[in-house]
Amino acid sequence: MTIGVPHYLIVSGILLACGLFTVVTRRNAVAILMGIELILNAAILNLVAFSRLVTGAVGGQVFALFGIVLAAAEAVVALAIVLQLYRAFRSVDTTETTELKE
Amino acid sequence: MTTSLAGAVVFYALAALAVAGAAWVAFARNIVHSAFALLATFFGVAGLYAFLSADLVAVIQLLVYVGGILILILFAVMLTSRISEVKVSNRSAGFGLGLLVLLGTIGVMAAVALRVPWGKAPPATPEPMAPGVGDALLGPYVLPFEVVSVLLLAALIGAVTLARGRKRIAASGTPGAAAPDPVPERKTKDEERKTPDGEVQP
Repeated sequence: MTIGVPHYLIVSGILLACGLFTVVTRRNAVAILMGIELILNAAILNLVAFSRLVTGAVGGQVFALFGIVLAAAEAVVALAIVLQLYRAFRSVDTTETTELKE
Repeated sequence: MTTSLAGAVVFYALAALAVAGAAWVAFARNIVHSAFALLATFFGVAGLYAFLSADLVAVIQLLVYVGGILILILFAVMLTSRISEVKVSNRSAGFGLGLLVLLGTIGVMAAVALRVPWGKAPPATPEPMAPGVGDALLGPYVLPFEVVSVLLLAALIGAVTLARGRKRIAASGTPGAAAPDPVPERKTKDEERKTPDGEVQP
């Protein structure tokens, strides 16, 4: 039995699809952020799988670490923005908060 | 690369954990359930990293995602949603379109994954990869490493500045009346917000 690149790619494809579904269908800004985290996880899983099973070098893992750090920075700033959004509009529904100005 | 039966069972268990968590994130009605399902996905993906013998990436995934980002998301959920009203906390829109996107993405990704001849797998001897990654981070990748630390500092300052709350928003449009910061206890949460950033940097 062989666990190869396609197995990891299919798992990461399903993660990507679930993330896209979450981003498309949800109205809650925090839930949309969860979908983005799923998409980032799918991409990083691809990087690590290629690094191990195709090239055999550590470059993919280094790139994966950078990706995780960028995801953390993105989540922190985005959630701060969501907090401000809630403070201004008393809602995080993305169909209601359509103005930059109060 | 041939995998033993036990290895295959472990892989499929981890993959099922990750996929089930992701599906639950996508389909749960309650946003708190979505947040906890995200935990299962992160654990499953961390296990897959360990299965790929990417030990450092697996540990960093647990530290940053489970210890940092998930806690942040839970804080944001608790601070922003009216949790008691489950129905409004996570309404969804455009279910048919979303389903189309879901199935289309899975179809395209599976077709690509199965048809493209991926390269020959190198001999798979499980070995610790952390020393190699560390050497690479401080060798050829030292410039991006330093730039990332500057980025983390910028994100930290930006998050604190954004979440602190500006006086204009608190006073709702009266420019002269600079009201004092209305909720001082939010500052303590901003302090906790810093810690996941600190953990990221090795």
